[in-house]
Amino acid sequence: MIVGERKPLEEIIDSLEGARKVLVAGCGTCVAVCMAGGEKEVGMLAAELSMAARLRGLEIDVTQATAQRQCDREYLETLREQVKGRDAVVSMACGIGVQYMALHYEPLRVVPGINTDFMGANLGIGEWVEYCQSCGDCLLAETGGICPIARCSKSLLNGPCGGSSGGKCEISKDTDCAWQLIYDRMAKLGRTDRLARYRPPKVWKTSRDGGPRRLVREDQKA
Amino acid sequence: MKSGSNLEKVLSKGEFALTGECGPPRGADVDVIRKKAGHLRGYVDAVNVTDNQTSIVRMSSIGASKVLIDLGLEPVMQMVCRDRNRIAIQSDVFGAYALGIRNMLCLSGDHQSFGNQKDAKNVYDIDSIQLVNVVYTMREEGKLLGGDEIEGKPSMFIGAAENPFGDPFDFRPIRLAKKVAAGVDFIQTQCIYNMPKFREFMKRVVDMGLTEKCHVMAGITPLKSLPMAKYMATKVSGIDIPKEILDRMEGVEKKKRAEEGIKLAIEQIQEVRQIPGVHGVHLMAIEWEERVPEIAKGAGLHPRPTLE
Repeated sequence: MIVGERKPLEEIIDSLEGARKVLVAGCGTCVAVCMAGGEKEVGMLAAELSMAARLRGLEIDVTQATAQRQCDREYLETLREQVKGRDAVVSMACGIGVQYMALHYEPLRVVPGINTDFMGANLGIGEWVEYCQSCGDCLLAETGGICPIARCSKSLLNGPCGGSSGGKCEISKDTDCAWQLIYDRMAKLGRTDRLARYRPPKVWKTSRDGGPRRLVREDQKA
Repeated sequence: MKSGSNLEKVLSKGEFALTGECGPPRGADVDVIRKKAGHLRGYVDAVNVTDNQTSIVRMSSIGASKVLIDLGLEPVMQMVCRDRNRIAIQSDVFGAYALGIRNMLCLSGDHQSFGNQKDAKNVYDIDSIQLVNVVYTMREEGKLLGGDEIEGKPSMFIGAAENPFGDPFDFRPIRLAKKVAAGVDFIQTQCIYNMPKFREFMKRVVDMGLTEKCHVMAGITPLKSLPMAKYMATKVSGIDIPKEILDRMEGVEKKKRAEEGIKLAIEQIQEVRQIPGVHGVHLMAIEWEERVPEIAKGAGLHPRPTLE
């Protein structure tokens, strides 16, 4: 899922400069699951904004609503009544939701309430780890189901660098060495011989490096 | 001859090679290089020029290598994959060759989170093994990545690093084999303190037949002080300094520790020289170049061979 975290209150207040009627809009999918921008977090931010406004002697009317998904027009449309008459919307969705909200209700001032961090998995309570960088050319079959693009600090393709030590990455003792994980997994699968093969330079054009990406499926368009 | 470099001549004649290291200045001060070059001249076969090591911005490896050439020393230009994409890498190899650089060392590079540019975007378009193959393909086939013909082959003597103390240990010789398959000519290892582990690594490398296809040079870094030894032992990922060595440094009085470090380095050189498959030593006297002559002499590696 997409993992995000709340922006600092001060930054959100600054981005709302001049707005008197504000809607805080949550998203009920990924960011709700990672407890950054769902209904509960919307309620908290709305309360914080109201209190901060009062403390500054400002009269700001803060309302709240949450759509099931902000990356989908049908669900965005369910917010039409709540958006009406608002000077600004704080979208607590990921960067996709923020942009889609701004497009769907154009011209509407939409500011982000969270930072979109990465695509990852929830390893335990309060802990998420990046697992995928959407490079557009999945090589997990070759690496025992562990992605070196997302999980190696240097996105190396031919094995660990010299900084791998005791299963950890050179950048931090809190970061696992992806290539140690890959090696261990491939050993369990009896497939370490595959890691001895030279892997040529990666084709990055399927990644963001090829420019903004677009997927068109003719079979779906018909 | 592949490149005709002095280092290639020394290694291919079967002489026991000795390379040194020169970290470029954190600025444009050429005198820093002149000074280091003065200490190394005549004592080493070639000098590695680091490429923004530990991600601290320094004079470029290409620029500092050219300064060394002008001073009469042969550089081994280090190049890391951290800062350049394949366009810049290939272009810089051409430029380096045009300036007279004939040896290069292909490295991943320390992550930028270590240095003074922590907010940088990291590149890693290709990795160090792929870099070896890029430079090899230029030399052997006269082709760029993607197959375009090049005008004037840069015939580099191609090096890479290997860390016998990095994990997973079992994969290290395999990784070296990948570098050999990619076209590497010589390997310089991470600095060695754990001799039994290095011996085991070399045994595997020799058994795999890799030392017949590339020259392995053992990395040696003299310890200047106890704090340096402790720092390297605990803070530098992939460095393995056994307790006996820390105890040995601690066991002598403070003002004699530098001498002990030199003595230890000389012993280590003599030791690695006896290990089958080791064809030379890469002496990384970090900001201590002035001690290289006495280490070289002490280890019986002076004078250096002069080859036509």
